[in-house]
Amino acid sequence: MSTTEKDIASAVDAGGQHDHHEIPWIRKYVFATDHKMIAKQFMFVSLFFLVVGGALAGMMRFQLGFPGQPMPGAGILPDAMMAPTPNGAIMLPEFYNSLVTMHGTIMIFFAIMPLLVGLFGNLLIPLQIGAEDMAFPRLNMASFWLAVPAGMLMLASFAVEGGAAGAGWTSYAPLSTSGEWTGVYLGQQLWLVSLTILGFSSLIGAVNYITTVINLRAPGMTWFRIPLATWSLFVTAVLILLAIPILAGALLMLLFDQTIGTGFFRPDVGGEPLLWQHLFWFFGHPEVYILILPAMGITSEVLSNRARKPIFGYHSMVLALISIGFLGWIVWGHHMFQSGMNPLLGTSFMISTMAIAVPSAIKTFNWLGTLWKADIHFDVPMLHALSFVSMFIIGGLSGIFMASTPVDIYIHDTYFIVAHLHYVLFGGSLFAIFAGITYWFPKMFGRMMNEPLGKVHFVLTFIFYNLVFFPMHNLGLQGMMRRIYDFTQYDFLQPLQPMNQFITLFAFALITTQVLFVINFFWSIFKGETAGNNPWNSNTLEWTVPSPPPHGNFAQMPTVFRGPYEYSSPESDDDFLPQTTPPREGPGPSSGVPAPTPTPEGAEV
Amino acid sequence: MTWSDWSWVLPDAFSTFSDDVDMIYYVILWVTGIIFVITEGVLIYFLVRYRHKEGRKATYDHGSSKLEIVWTTATLVVCLALGIVSKGVWDTMKIDVPEGAMEIIVTAQQFEWHVTYPGPDGALGTADDFEVLNQIHAAVDEPVWIHLRATDVLHSLFLPEMRVKQDAVPGKDIPVWFEATATGEYTIGCAELCGIGHTTMNGTLTIHTAADFQAWATAQAQRPRPRP
Amino acid sequence: MTTITADRAPMAGMKVYHLKLGMWVFLLSEVMFFTGLIGAYVILRFAHPEAFGVPGEVLNVPLTAFNTFVLICSSVTMVKAFAAIEQNDQQGLQKWLLATIVLGASFVGVQAWEYTLLFSEGFVPMAESYHAIARGAAEGSEVIGGPLYGATFYTMTGFHGAHVSIGVFCLCFTLWRARKGAYTAGNLGGVEIMGLYWHFVDLVWILLFTFVYLI
Repeated sequence: MSTTEKDIASAVDAGGQHDHHEIPWIRKYVFATDHKMIAKQFMFVSLFFLVVGGALAGMMRFQLGFPGQPMPGAGILPDAMMAPTPNGAIMLPEFYNSLVTMHGTIMIFFAIMPLLVGLFGNLLIPLQIGAEDMAFPRLNMASFWLAVPAGMLMLASFAVEGGAAGAGWTSYAPLSTSGEWTGVYLGQQLWLVSLTILGFSSLIGAVNYITTVINLRAPGMTWFRIPLATWSLFVTAVLILLAIPILAGALLMLLFDQTIGTGFFRPDVGGEPLLWQHLFWFFGHPEVYILILPAMGITSEVLSNRARKPIFGYHSMVLALISIGFLGWIVWGHHMFQSGMNPLLGTSFMISTMAIAVPSAIKTFNWLGTLWKADIHFDVPMLHALSFVSMFIIGGLSGIFMASTPVDIYIHDTYFIVAHLHYVLFGGSLFAIFAGITYWFPKMFGRMMNEPLGKVHFVLTFIFYNLVFFPMHNLGLQGMMRRIYDFTQYDFLQPLQPMNQFITLFAFALITTQVLFVINFFWSIFKGETAGNNPWNSNTLEWTVPSPPPHGNFAQMPTVFRGPYEYSSPESDDDFLPQTTPPREGPGPSSGVPAPTPTPEGAEV
Repeated sequence: MTWSDWSWVLPDAFSTFSDDVDMIYYVILWVTGIIFVITEGVLIYFLVRYRHKEGRKATYDHGSSKLEIVWTTATLVVCLALGIVSKGVWDTMKIDVPEGAMEIIVTAQQFEWHVTYPGPDGALGTADDFEVLNQIHAAVDEPVWIHLRATDVLHSLFLPEMRVKQDAVPGKDIPVWFEATATGEYTIGCAELCGIGHTTMNGTLTIHTAADFQAWATAQAQRPRPRP
Repeated sequence: MTTITADRAPMAGMKVYHLKLGMWVFLLSEVMFFTGLIGAYVILRFAHPEAFGVPGEVLNVPLTAFNTFVLICSSVTMVKAFAAIEQNDQQGLQKWLLATIVLGASFVGVQAWEYTLLFSEGFVPMAESYHAIARGAAEGSEVIGGPLYGATFYTMTGFHGAHVSIGVFCLCFTLWRARKGAYTAGNLGGVEIMGLYWHFVDLVWILLFTFVYLI
């Protein structure tokens, strides 16, 4: 058979024909090639890093709330991080800089990105399009097993002499080019190597996702019947594919500057510091859309299902995803308005930045439209998804301030920016992750998460989160700069100490509340209420198979007859109508029966 | 905490362009504030009005292209208008340095600001230039043109009460200007992470009356210099 | 009546099998990687033209032109290898794969030799100890090399050379598989994707040769 024929035959041959020999434990749980297991692997490792990132933030907040005070329990940390005094250990500025850097780096690269892309990409894509697994299962395994050493290197960098990287997650040159400027030597290099390896892990994941979505869709799964979660992951994968290589090049050039004396970004030998910023942000802006698009996709799934109503404007939602992906390439300069680049570029980037607000606004209005005249069920996933919408509105609107170049002069590098980024990354991405985990938990583990405990976790998290991050808008407007170890050095910022303390106390409460989620998560894996195939009465393909699905997913290849959001359809007696349910006899809006697709020459079907 | 800490009102500013900057901020605040109230209000209303009730099914509706065109166009118009309003002020602040401004050099380094004045001959780069540390002095109602430089890493000159911020880049000479409208003592800060001592790069911007500034400059110029 | 059973073919997608689609997608990322490196070079060269030499001043254009010819020949042999397996010609496949490997390895070898020559002339990528003198120019003339010119040259050509080396290694693996009879006219995906990768690497070199050695 030809190569193409082999692909088709194996796709047709989904699931049921697999050899049922037992695979060894190590191949099933450790070096797994099944996308569902790899998804879980990404989930467990990333949730661990989320906790680490939160702990780093807690330490930062202690210093900000109680500047120069001894930190309880910090005596166990080495002298390089905390200066021992008779009253206890006080944080050193160099450690504060490392905390700032590593909190951002770990949260973005080792928590949010692998949760959204590694967990949900792996879990949902094959199931939602009707495939038995990814196009390249062994490449998928490689992707996970490259991410793990990358994470270990990042953690190890805390233990080396000079400590972990301390130039910010943005690692601007020339600060980052030499330990002479930061006091960090090996730690900065480990940071670069770790991210290069992680980048390669993400890249091969993206190749897998793109090939799978294009080539492995079940019969009838046309592009405009793909659920928005998969659509968002597809666009995200394209962004990863094209942006990560730019980061890789920049990281390697910076590594050479640090180690062998090249001068890419070093002005002392004629290099260009702004070149680093251009390269970094050319990657960095698509990166932030990588961090939000899958969250938007998850929100659309949960919102439509729990409101029992079709997504308002499905086609526009897809076009908005694509537009955000496309426009995201031409706005990078808005991170560099004050950088010293030509001011004329400031205006052009401002225009493109204002334009990119539009597709995000379209999506927000469409989510509201989905809720209009709906039948809303306030389950835990829905609470988190609604939170995404309401918090993303705030994060998006705050972005308008910094898009305006003159206003950005005042608020750039202040806590206004910190507020904005946390509203989109926590208020947005993390709430969507909570929504996704609670929604697809039954599919992964065959059990439901505990609903009352989930509601308590949600309410406390939502309240504490807003009390922590909303006041940061005001801190920024009062002029408080970012990455400042001790703001009380500035007379004009001393009155902000009470507000900083307020934020710190609620940050501790916010971090502590997450214990409830951890308890719920692990308890439910073992003791949660057993879930059937389709506990949410959803339409998409993953809910037509058992929870958890068997190896190969579908006993026989599914056929798709309609779009994914046919809730409350007159064609159905229920308030949902799965994509794979054959249509009734006679005419109807979703005649759905696919026309025979032309089979490639020579294929035997 | 005082009420003003939580306020959306910006702290006072005292430069010729600060009113324009602040005005754009307030316009954006009003626009986004109204959008915020409407969208969150609609959201809460829908959640209450359309919560699940026995016997009521959701409306089977896929959306409205007409409505989408309307709100997409409205969003685009509002965003572009805000951009257009902003452009003029940006050009004024970053490009249009006024004629006859007093030129000084501010050189940022880890972890201090070196400020070089032209001295009595009024020209920079001559023998009578003098340098002060972590202070900028200027006369009220007189424009100042700062040549912003850095010796080692990126820093950022932040004069909050003048609404000035500009990154200092080693190897570059970047123009920064302002004209203060009130005498007083103001803040100099560093707004770009520059290393371990980033937090200590504070300084004082002193705006004098014209006479007082002359007196200060003369006294500084006459300070004994270190022998070469 | 529904027609489920009659039509069980998945959606046609790109009408291209998985390996080939995957390789095309991967090559897109490689385009971005070299764009980043070449972009950095272009920006640095425009910003600091005085730090860069003119073509031929330091770099040995004739030698590299010959090397370019070698690489182009290797693309031709790769095409012939693929054509051979399309005809189920196992001997031809192995012969032409071997030729590609030899030519590819020669390219890397010549480039490595070129590097040693340049190093010995003081054209190094770092800020310290660079003292390259323009080829044929008088003693004590303009110093070229170092942290910008050297850095960009070795980064671009070095990563390209690494990609060629990885390609040679993968071609050896492909030849080993070919000798075990893994490929037939109906199962030539592995050869085809190697060909795609190899042609891409060749194309990047032609661009690099133009930007680095000729312009």
